[in-house]
This record gives sequence, C-alpha cells and structure tokens, in this order.
Amino acid sequence: MSTTKQTEYKADDFKSDAEPRWCPGCEDYAILKAVQMAMAQIGRPKNEHAVVSGIGCSSRLPYYMGTYGFHTIHGRPIPVATGLKISNPELAVWVVTGDGDAISIGGNHFVHAFRRNVDMNILLFDNRIYGLTKGQYSPTSQKGMINKTAPYGTIEEPSDPVGLALECGASFIAQISASYVKELVDLLVQAYNHKGTSFLHIYQNCYIYNDNAFDDFTERSIRDDNNIKIEHGKPLVFGKNLDKGLVVGYGKFDIVDIEPGNVPDNIVVYDETDSVLIRMVTDMKFPEYPVPMGVLKKTLRPTFEDSLESQIELAKSKFPPDLQKLLSSGETWEVK
Amino acid sequence: MGIHKEDILETVTVKFAGDSGDGIQLTGDQFGNTTAVVGNDFATFPDFPSEIRAPQGTTYGVSSYQIQFASKDIYTPGDTPDVLVCFNPAALKVNLSTVNKGGIIVVNEDEFTDKNLKKAGFDSNPLDLNDRTLADFRVHKIPITKLTVEALDDFDMGHKDKLRCKNFLALGIVAWLFSRPLEPIESFLKSKFSKKPMILEANVKALHTGFNICDTMEIFPVMYTVPPAKLEPGTYRNINGALATAYGLLAASEKIDLPIVYSGYPITPASEILHVLAALKQFNVYTIQTEDEIAAITMALGAAYGGSLGITGSSGPGLALKIEALNLAVMTELPLVVFDYMRSGISTGMPTKTEQGDLGMALFGRPSDSHVIVLAPSTAADCFWISIEAVRLATKYMTPVVVLSEGFLISSSEPWKIPNLKEIPKIKTSFRTNPKGYLPYKRNKETLARDWVRIGTKGLEHTIGGLEKTNETGDVTQDPDNHDLMTRLRAEKVQRVVNDIPDLEIIGDKNADLLLVGWGSTLGSMRAAIEAVNGAGKKVAMINIRYLNPLPRNLGNILRKFKKVGVVELNLGQLNTIIRSKFLIDTSFLGRVTGQPIYVSELTNFINRELESLKEH
Repeated sequence: MSTTKQTEYKADDFKSDAEPRWCPGCEDYAILKAVQMAMAQIGRPKNEHAVVSGIGCSSRLPYYMGTYGFHTIHGRPIPVATGLKISNPELAVWVVTGDGDAISIGGNHFVHAFRRNVDMNILLFDNRIYGLTKGQYSPTSQKGMINKTAPYGTIEEPSDPVGLALECGASFIAQISASYVKELVDLLVQAYNHKGTSFLHIYQNCYIYNDNAFDDFTERSIRDDNNIKIEHGKPLVFGKNLDKGLVVGYGKFDIVDIEPGNVPDNIVVYDETDSVLIRMVTDMKFPEYPVPMGVLKKTLRPTFEDSLESQIELAKSKFPPDLQKLLSSGETWEVK
Repeated sequence: MGIHKEDILETVTVKFAGDSGDGIQLTGDQFGNTTAVVGNDFATFPDFPSEIRAPQGTTYGVSSYQIQFASKDIYTPGDTPDVLVCFNPAALKVNLSTVNKGGIIVVNEDEFTDKNLKKAGFDSNPLDLNDRTLADFRVHKIPITKLTVEALDDFDMGHKDKLRCKNFLALGIVAWLFSRPLEPIESFLKSKFSKKPMILEANVKALHTGFNICDTMEIFPVMYTVPPAKLEPGTYRNINGALATAYGLLAASEKIDLPIVYSGYPITPASEILHVLAALKQFNVYTIQTEDEIAAITMALGAAYGGSLGITGSSGPGLALKIEALNLAVMTELPLVVFDYMRSGISTGMPTKTEQGDLGMALFGRPSDSHVIVLAPSTAADCFWISIEAVRLATKYMTPVVVLSEGFLISSSEPWKIPNLKEIPKIKTSFRTNPKGYLPYKRNKETLARDWVRIGTKGLEHTIGGLEKTNETGDVTQDPDNHDLMTRLRAEKVQRVVNDIPDLEIIGDKNADLLLVGWGSTLGSMRAAIEAVNGAGKKVAMINIRYLNPLPRNLGNILRKFKKVGVVELNLGQLNTIIRSKFLIDTSFLGRVTGQPIYVSELTNFINRELESLKEH
C-alpha cells in the first residue's frame, strides 16, 4: 500500500461516526482528539492505521476512530497487535491500553513486548484506578488511597510503568499528561516515527473515581514547578520562571537554583540515548523531583518483524522452497 | 547365514526398552526405517516418561519404543510385544508383564548387577538359572555393554562415549533377527554424524558387531523374515503425526496462497509442531515462540485479523488458558486454527501420555453459547489431511476450528504414500476489496460467513471486538433481540458446515447387529479388532468420526440402523454422552484412560461381550 504523503489530512478525517460514550469531563476525550490530530500530522490515510485495544474505559477508543480497529480482550492488545504487525508490516499499529490492562492482567505481554521490539506504539492511559468496573485500586494506585476494594487504604506499593518498560528494554519511552494536548500530539508523532516498540505513558485524569490524581504536577498554577520537560540536546531546567536546573549528584540528580535565561554549564544537557541519564531521569520520583515529561529514551535496534523476515529470506536462499520435494524427503521406497 | 534356520512370519511386534538416556527412541526410529525399506506395513508407538533423564536404572525412567510390522495391512503398533529388547533390569521389570508368552526377550546382561536389580525392585536376578521369572519366554542374555567396549577397543575415545554406542550394537542384533539390511541405518548415521567421523565410525562398528555376532555365534536358533506388505502402488515414506500436521499446514498455505503465522508456547507434546515449522521458514512460515499460551493464541488471532493464516497449537492445560481468546475469535468471526494435542490429564497429569479427554472442552468449554468446528485426525498420516481441512473450513466459514489431535498421533509413525500436491484442490478465499455496500457483519447467504478483509484495504475501515455487534452493520449494541439473533446466527453458521463435509462410511459388516463408534486414534485398534472378529465369523461394523462438530449428516441414520451401538473412547464417555443425548439412543461404552492406546484384545473382549448380550435379548 502507498505510504506517500499526498493529501493534507485533518483530525476529523480519523473520526468514526460513533459518538464517544465516556463520562463528561474524562481526559480520554483529549487523548482521542490528540491521536486524531497526530494521525493528521503523520499524513497517512486512515486505512493504513490500525488501533488495537484491550478492555477498560481507554480501550473503547478504537470505536471512535475511523481507522481499522480491534477491541480485544482484557490485557491482550499487545499480542494481538504483534500478530497483526507481523502479518501486515506496512500498517501503522497502535495499542491503546490502561494501567490495569497493561500492568496488571496483561503484565506478561507488556514485559515481553519490549524484548521483541515490534514496530508499534503502545499508549498507556494511566488513571491509577479501575474506572469501567467502578473504582477498584489499580497497580498504579498510590499507597494509602481509599477506594472500593481498599476501604482502609491501598496497602500495595504502586507499580512504575516507565521504570518497568525501561527494565524490559524498551527502545522508546515517553511520558506526558493528557492535559498537555500539544505536547501529547508531538509525542504521538515521535512515537510513530520511531521504528520499534514505542511506549507512551499518559497520565489521564478519571473525573469520576480518581479526580485530581495528578493535580500536583498538572494543575496550571503549579505544574511548571512540578514537572520538567525532557528534550534531547536541551538542558534540564524547569520552574515557572525556568529558575531551577538539574546537575549530576551522587548517583542521582541534584536540583539547583539558576538565574532565569542563563543556564550554567554544569546543568545536564539531556541525551535520550545515554543509558545513565535515562536511568537517572526515570528514577526521579515526585515530590522529591519534578515529573519528567517528554521523550525519555530513544535508541534504535532491529525490529522483531524485520529480523523474522530476514530469517525467512535467509531460509529461502539456503533452501529454495519446494513442498513436493519436502514431502518426499528422507528415506522413501517404491511399492509396485 | 546358511547355518541358521529361517522362518517367515506375517506379523511381529517388537519393543525396545531402556533408560531415558539409552537412545531408545533413536534405536526404535532406525529399526522403523529398515522396516519401511523392506516394504512392511508398520505402526509405531514411542512411549517415554516426562522426565528428560530420570535417575538411571529406575522403573520410572524407562523409555520404550514399540513397533508392529507385517506383510499385511496393520492399523496399530500392536497390543503386546513378541520380542522385547531390554537395556536394563528396570526395563524388564516395567515391560515383562506385557510380553507374549513364548516371546523372545533379549537382555543386556551386563546391566543386571546387584545395584541395578535392587533399583528396579527385583529381589533376585531373573537371569539366574534357578529363577523362574522368565521361564515362559525365550531369553537371550547378551553382554551388550562388554561387546560394545571390546569392539571399540582401538577407538581413541572416552569410555562414556563408547558406552553410548551400545544401542546400535543392540540394533544390529535385532536387525539380524529380522533379516534387515544395515545400509539405511548406516546412511542415517552418516548424515547425523557427518561432522564427527569418530562417532560415526564407532556406531557403524557397533552396529556391524551386533549383526555379526548373531551371524557367527548361534545366539538365535532362527532368523525371521516378514515379507513385504501389499500396499497401494506409489512412492512411500515414513511419517509421524507431527510432520504430517506441519506438512499439511504448508500444503494448505500453498493451496490458499497465504502465509502462515504460527505462534506457540512450549508444552509437551505440542511443541513438536512449533519445532518443525520453525525450521521450515522458507515456506513463508512466520513462527513465534510466545511468552505464554494466551499470547500464542492472540498473536495468531491478530494475524488472522490481518489476513494471514493464524494458527496456534497446544495441549489441554494450554488450551484451557486460551479459551477466552478463542471466544474472541468466535465473536469476531475470524478464521483461526487451534490444535490441541490431547495428553493425559487432569491438570499436569501425565504429559507424555495420550488421551482423548478434551472433547468436552472443545465442544462446550467456553462461556456462553459458543460454537466452533471440531475435527479429529485418526492416524498419523491423516494429520496431513486434517490440517488442510481445518484451514479450508476456518477460512470459508470465518470461524475458529479446533483440531483435537493426540499425543500418540504426534510421535507414532506409519508408511505414507506421498501425495501429489497437484492433485490437492486449491482452497478458495477472496478478500473483500469493494467498499460499496460493505458492512462488517453482512453474511454470505450460503455459509453465513462475514467478509474477510485484509487490514489496510482502502475504504473498508471498521472496528471489531468482543462487544456484541448489530447484525450486518457491526455497530456496538445491547439490543435484546439482536443478541438473540446473533447468538443463533453464530451457531447456525457452524451447523451449516454439515453440508460441506463427507458422510460417514461404515467399516466392516454393514449388516451387523453391533456398531462400534469411535473417533481419533482409536481407529487403528478398532479396525484391527473388527477384522479379527469378522474373520472369526462374527458380524460387527464401525465408524470413526473425524468431524466432531458439526457431526456428519448421516450419523443419526447409521446409529439407528444397528441393534446395538458401542462407543469407544480414551476418556470416560464424552462422545458417548453426546451421542446418547443428541440421538436419544441407548449405547454401551468402553473407555480407557491409561495413557496408552487401547488394546485390540480389549476391544475384541468388548465386542464379544456385546454380541453375547444381544443373543440374550
């Protein structure tokens, strides 16, 4: 199929006729819009995109897309997308999943997706709660959180999806909040452009069961002091007045005050391929550190489907396929 | 050879038995190869423990390989051996009770040490002159270990490596006993050890030593010949169910012109199919070893969604894990082929042993009213044809197909007339490309199948999923009448396959009073039993059901034609229950769950009992 960019697309070109049925005020609406805007920017026709989802509020997204879509079963969008991409390598394959879907019931596939590095984009909508089942704690719910299944507070430590993806060898890791629509669109495009499994961790507010979960680093009046934009080749500075920066300390970053507009040389310039910096950035935990937003890791290695294809080509060159010959291989004898 | 008496036999069953590490399976396979080359019909039964190398000399570490060969058509690896070749006391302990009275037992006497005898649970040495344990058999004590080491005296290799050649010395002995040529074994050794000339030489030497000592010393009073069987003319090879399954999938892929995506998770005994296909990538086979059983089926389903042949395989415990994804395939109406190599359950059970325990799971083991096509191959070679049929039906009816194969069929082998690919019909499939009037759940009037769309096709964008869909449009809905309609349509679609499958054929005496009904691998034993009793002047007929859902159209008529119906299964009555409830007839039942194929003698006993009971009425 053609992948040439010939038409100008609009976000609406990627909408379906179905009316979204999320709760009013849900940030899933913002992400849906951002995905459609990103696809318009990417410039491929809608038939060249397939969106595969699991189960949960976020996983209803494919129904609202005008692209190909597959709403699968709980926890399994990653292997379905893997099979699809191996079958149809020309497709742009998107996985839409949630914190419960990806980290809990589908945890095993999440772990192994990054080893394979199939060229697809995993969008994890993290609202730190089970919404569709009405308010149980999720693997990313914060310790102590009161909810339906933890009326005395959640006892378990939350899981860290970005840290987990890094540990599993993800080749592309990015993080953003759904409240930053412009940045989200940009990261979606970057995730698409990365050849390999791209992991985009999206903080997404659940207005009904876990409202204001991310206010500490997304609420407009304070967010600039509590999150930091991570960009390849740019110094690690943050704050409303860009008056704070990160310097290398003892195995971690130290936060120092700087003069706005004048970045000292000891402020770290980010490198998305540097394993030490990547580790330090993903280790930054709020509130001790600001929350990192942007592309945290981007490295290139062969994709699973390309490696598999080249093995098939190699096999063909070594053993030209001849099925009749194969059937007749080994010891044969004639009966007259 | 002139000094030896020669005798001609029609049918012989030989069993090799020893430690899991003794190379029993290899020895058996090679004996099987020579059997093929001399033109006998044969059937084999490799039987081994699930432990890879159980402690040496123990009864639970005994591995065996049984082969029946004959100058006539045979259908089973034989009930009980005429010749038992034992590599150690444990092998004798485990297998002695099965050897036919008057049969030949060849033992490696070097292994009958006090320590090994104790490990095997013998209180005294059965080889001692005064011991009566083996009084009913013709016992040949051969110092196989010592002979092997002596034969390889001038070989510059370690003692352990020399000992490894003793299975080929034993093979040489048995080859002599049945007048077999050594060339096919030598040519096998040459290709296996082409890069290890020393090992090659040593094994060839051991093989010849075994053969020659029989020739020069009078170990056996008689050497036997089983003349060639009268098989249908053509070119033959030896095939087991694993290869036949994989080759069938390749043939289906060629006939439908689509690549295979086969994803599987390691499990005994289904892994064998993944091994075979992984090595045949040149045939556009994309194999993936997945992180778990669920990933295996969902990757295959993703590939089917994309427009490839999505295939996965497992065994009972793995199929149980795949059930939810199988239902997604039912709901989204995608072609998916799922192989279940049934093994002895429940739970982990006896992984390397065979059974037919998963029929109920395949038919009913899913939430809600969920119907899939269920097929069952009946012989190792039939696995080839069932693979092709599974692909044909899955793609034509846009539905999952479950193939209930058996652990026994995977490893057992038989002569196979190599099919001419040109004579196998093409499998028609047409992907929808025309956007005009396209609706995801609009159905073909005849088959009720929805259109298969290659994902990426312009103008056919749509979303499918596990939520109930409106008939034709595919829009998500909870409309009560629509759900009722869709549930019925999904069931009706599978039921319509009945118009597309062959009628059952009665084997045996069509005018008999007694009909035996079986499915899967029991075909062989049942056929042998029917021939035996019909030959003795009794009247019995049988059918073997390869299509278990939907059941063949003429099954009801056949069942009602006979006074008495006996159902035979390697379970406690799963098909039996279905036949009784579906056709409202009385049946009698013979079930066996020992992990072994059913014996012909058990069947003839059952038949005789049933015939007697008919007389009483």
